[in-house]
Amino acid sequence: MNATRYIHFELLRTFRNRRFFVFSLVFPLVLFFVIAGPNRNVHLGGLPFPTYYMGGMAAWGTMAAVIAGGARIALERQVGWNRQLRLTPLTPSTYLGAKVASGYALAAVSLMLIFAAGISLGVRPSAVEWLSMTGLIIVGLVPFAALGVYIGHRVSVDSMGPAMGGVTSLLALAGGAWGPIASHGFIHTVTQALPSYWLVRAGQAYHGGPHWPPVAWVVIGVWTIVLGGLAMRAYQRDTSRV
Amino acid sequence: MTDSTIHSAAGIEVRGLTKSFGDVHAVRGIDLTIRPGETVAILGPNGAGKSTTIDLLLGLATPDAGTVSILGDPPAVAVKAGRVAAMLQTGGLIREITVGELVDMVASLYAAPMDPGEALALTGLSDLAGRRTDGLSGGETQRVRFALAIVANPSFVVLDEPTVALDVEARREFWATIRTFADRGTTIVFATHYLDEADANADRIVLLADGRVVADGSVTDIKAHVGVRTIRFTLAGAATGDFAGLPGVVDVECHGDSVRLRCDDADSTLRALVAAQPEARDFEVRGADLEEAFVQLTADTTDATEEFAR
Ligand SMILES: Nc1ncnc2c1ncn2[C@@H]1O[C@H](COP(=O)(O)OP(=O)(O)OP(=O)(O)O)[C@@H](O)[C@H]1O
Ligand SMILES: [Mg+2]
Repeated sequence: MNATRYIHFELLRTFRNRRFFVFSLVFPLVLFFVIAGPNRNVHLGGLPFPTYYMGGMAAWGTMAAVIAGGARIALERQVGWNRQLRLTPLTPSTYLGAKVASGYALAAVSLMLIFAAGISLGVRPSAVEWLSMTGLIIVGLVPFAALGVYIGHRVSVDSMGPAMGGVTSLLALAGGAWGPIASHGFIHTVTQALPSYWLVRAGQAYHGGPHWPPVAWVVIGVWTIVLGGLAMRAYQRDTSRV
Repeated sequence: MTDSTIHSAAGIEVRGLTKSFGDVHAVRGIDLTIRPGETVAILGPNGAGKSTTIDLLLGLATPDAGTVSILGDPPAVAVKAGRVAAMLQTGGLIREITVGELVDMVASLYAAPMDPGEALALTGLSDLAGRRTDGLSGGETQRVRFALAIVANPSFVVLDEPTVALDVEARREFWATIRTFADRGTTIVFATHYLDEADANADRIVLLADGRVVADGSVTDIKAHVGVRTIRFTLAGAATGDFAGLPGVVDVECHGDSVRLRCDDADSTLRALVAAQPEARDFEVRGADLEEAFVQLTADTTDATEEFAR
């Protein structure tokens, strides 16, 4: 079996679906310019506003992209395409891998656009800082990719819009993508247990790059295990049915 | 390869297959042997268990009991090796892709696929290769689904009501394509509600009713098995009551002067009829057609008659 070719066609299909671009590319960009543009000289959470906001929008856009990658499974289930694929030698890992890969590909485009937007508003990290931001975002997206696969298997196409928009917005909001929720106290502690909090932080580089203390790795690791497990269970339930 | 000879000798073996969904006993003990290269039609009223049997045959569902062997292997192994392909009863196509790309994509999943261009040509889709899948008519969609099955280059193809969305002309073309494919030695099993389709295209018919095989044989076998023949003739002033007493008569129908007798011993009926009604003329004796055979064989299952006595 030629996995590369299969993934090639999956990527092709992803970039032809205009609807997914809105959440992951258009909204974050528009919001960035609308909010960060007039506030370019303000400071927020100890960071220049555009630097803070670039991290938030990068988190939001890439998160929407990888969740959408898995969520597309719902569309294929609706037309019975997953049953058709079960009659081919395609392996589950290639199938799911292609969905995750196309989510990441869309996330990469989103990230590049947001970074470019950040530069245009005066965000000036060093090369090392760009790289560490990108690297941490790639790691921080893993639990969201699993979440996408889970949603794709458990949600019908009809409720996909609200489900995906709702989950993404809630995680973005609570993680501080649109502005800090709380800078200390109980709420702050709770939001730190969310993967989206650390995804937002991964995109915020100033004076030495983004900060991921050990707790960040634990939070992302635990969410990956939990959501990855749920996604795997949902996949198996779906394929062993009947 | 040595194992290909084993496979081709083995064909498809189904033993004691059962499958229930809660209280619904969809399949109640099916045994079937299909020889390599055979084209077999599965007929049966709605809910007879055709699609369930096909799911079990393909490994899409797990049987409660019984075994399936495809060319010597369990279904999962045959699927992984690309030896089986199918067009399921329900199913659409994914979007954001053209017909040509889709056939190409599915072909890339197999180790030894048919050339995608050949699959398109065989199914008459070459002109539609650049068209997006969401802009196809129902008949075109069915052809694409068939192309996706044959591009696997399988030795065994399963088609569940493949022509259901097609008009008469499209059905004819579709079957011409399938026969081309059968001529290459591919084993084909198809489910259908169209008796003429089974009659014209299958070497053999398996009749399912209520989850069981009620008849299995060539079209001629099945017609003969029923043993009912029809005598038609013309008789001025005929009335139903005139013929009910004749030997071997099962059923009488009169329409004006023309009479139709269904007989389980047509020879005796005819002798007695000629003696009793010297005025009768234009005799015509025929064996049961497939539809009559069908109705009779599935008669003890509810609504079979309504479905097929159209
Ligand atoms: N997943 C399922 N859950 C519950 N019942 C089912 C399921 N699949 C099939 N059945 C039942 O099993 C029986 C056989 O269904 P099946 O689809 O095999 O019939 P069929 O011969 O293909 O009918 P048709 O000609 O309408 O396609 C029916 O009574 C059907 O309702
Ligand atoms: Mg069916």
